[in-house]
Amino acid sequence: MTERVDVGIVGGGMVGAGLACALATAGLRVALVDREAQDMQTVPAYDGRASAIAYGSAQVLKGIGVWKHLEADASPIWDIRVVDGHVLDGISPLFLHYDHTDIGDDPFGYIVENRATRVALHKRCTELETLTLHAPVNVTSVQAGPGFSTIEIEDGEPIQAAVVIAADGKFSTLRDWMGIKVTGWRYDQTSIVCTVKHALPHNGVAVELFLPSGPFAMLPMTGDRSNIVWSERSDLARGFAELDDAAFLAELKTRFGDWLGDIELVGPRFTYPLSLQHAETYIGDRFAMVGDAAHAVHPIAGQGLNMGLRDIAAMAEVLVDAKRLGLDLGAASVLRRYEKWRRFDNVLLSAVMDGLTRLFSNDVAPVRLARDIGLAAVNKTPPVKRFLMRHAMGVVGELPRLIRGEAL
Amino acid sequence: MAQPAETLSSGDPKTGNAGYMDKETPKPFGGTVDDAEIAKFAAMAEEWWDPDGKFKPLHKFNPVRIAFIRDRICAHFDRDPLAPEPLKGLSILDIGCGGGLLCEPLTRLGAEVTGIDATERSVHVAAAHAEQMGLEIDYRFTSVEDLAAGEKRFDAVMNMEVVEHVANVDTFLGASADLVAPGGMMFLATLNRTAKSFALAIVGAEYVLGWLPRGTHDWKKFVKPSELAAALRPAGMELTELTGVAYNPIRDEWSLTPKDLAVNYMGIAERR
Repeated sequence: MTERVDVGIVGGGMVGAGLACALATAGLRVALVDREAQDMQTVPAYDGRASAIAYGSAQVLKGIGVWKHLEADASPIWDIRVVDGHVLDGISPLFLHYDHTDIGDDPFGYIVENRATRVALHKRCTELETLTLHAPVNVTSVQAGPGFSTIEIEDGEPIQAAVVIAADGKFSTLRDWMGIKVTGWRYDQTSIVCTVKHALPHNGVAVELFLPSGPFAMLPMTGDRSNIVWSERSDLARGFAELDDAAFLAELKTRFGDWLGDIELVGPRFTYPLSLQHAETYIGDRFAMVGDAAHAVHPIAGQGLNMGLRDIAAMAEVLVDAKRLGLDLGAASVLRRYEKWRRFDNVLLSAVMDGLTRLFSNDVAPVRLARDIGLAAVNKTPPVKRFLMRHAMGVVGELPRLIRGEAL
Repeated sequence: MAQPAETLSSGDPKTGNAGYMDKETPKPFGGTVDDAEIAKFAAMAEEWWDPDGKFKPLHKFNPVRIAFIRDRICAHFDRDPLAPEPLKGLSILDIGCGGGLLCEPLTRLGAEVTGIDATERSVHVAAAHAEQMGLEIDYRFTSVEDLAAGEKRFDAVMNMEVVEHVANVDTFLGASADLVAPGGMMFLATLNRTAKSFALAIVGAEYVLGWLPRGTHDWKKFVKPSELAAALRPAGMELTELTGVAYNPIRDEWSLTPKDLAVNYMGIAERR
């Protein structure tokens, strides 16, 4: 029997599964298709990263019933320190300090291991009656017809959906099939990601240290641990990643400092090359893209997953509103509302991320002085600082209901 | 292939309605239609349903009028407008259904929908599109008067963007009112006959912005709310709500303007 659903989602990672949960929570019939079995994604070697989930993104996860499975693993960020530093000179005295009490009682966001987010999403998927999971399966084609699109599956029944959404990541196959081009470039930078345990509590302070070869972030996790995102020139990163544990830890300590006491490595190290890309359009014939398939940014300010969660909030609202008006969910007029809502925001944020990377990833003395003064100036200008803080929290712009903390 | 563009615009491009002033003899819709005919109608349906095509204003306006209809029907029949299929089990008649831009959403919301149009072509186009969408809608090429002569009555009757095109508002609304079941309601949408509507709907929409072909509307045929009320009263129906609808060029969206009825407005009539 061919399954007929409102929305077919191809790609069951954090953004795809999150969108499926959002739509099914509002009663839409959703088929979630992934090439891997869900439990493959939660083995410790699959993804060692942690994500900064901004306040607005946490609201989204609450609204779609995922947060309750995640809360215990979320470490709140109460302060953010943005510091310009140098490995030999130490930390510049001019720095930017965001304290959450400047704008209210809520934390800026939370640091959550991606593995925990995936486990929570998978639990939520099983609670939803209108969500069907097809995994592990291979999608062989997606054909847009006049009344619906058909997702053909290898060795399985096809799925008919009013709209097909690609959440199949940075190297999206569906995007290629649709002939949608991307613009972007690789940075000569690679991120080394690892987790450390420290002797002293971090008190919910996140530190972003801008070193000449790339940003170095210390993100507070549960249980006196911090997630390190250490970006380096690619050739150097390869060298660091290949060091034995003792030598690697010694290099890490020269950057991390001793403000949290003695540190030890816990768990494996991962490396991710950095790139930026943006699709020239987010939509096609009965087709739309969310998350990294549409836009992949440098993780310099932890915005990748947050951009994906904002896509989810906007897409879910557009489709739920259309469903409640009896409109064709695959109609161009419906999908355009999503693209119009998200594309400007994402392009702007990508440009800001790119600018930050270029501004902070160099060691030219005048540039260094200018950015130190810049950080200090922002620190002394409360309205600018509040705006940047609210932006970091993901609560700027015309917000979807889920981000405002309302029901879909 | 689609070629009847010039014929589609000969009537009202908002409803595809050649108009009740045409004294065409209504014929029952049905019988056999060959495959080539079906392909032709499907191609015309694409034009009707293209959000950038000649029916663009109607596509823009559609969400606001559907929300209004859904919410007021649900209030009247005591239902939750946000529930799945909130109109389930209700019978709805759409007069001047055109390509089915209102019939299809109302069907997806659960209603049993009948769409009638005085233009035979529109009815074929609407039926071809509904078939593609997998929706069951009873489309008929007939007039309000002929339908009223039969037995069938409806929980809600839609007179959206039609009355400003009919030859005689009183007799047309009288026959429409006959089609409303006891306890039912009628929705109306039209243009008011004011200086502002002349400036916006005729000069603005047809001559300056080019949203509609020139000659689409005849300002003298626009209908004042008092004239609607006067035509409905003898048929036992009372206007219970009126709201304006206005276009915001910055947001590129239509929205309800409850106090400004000067140009586009919608209304509800219920049986006394």
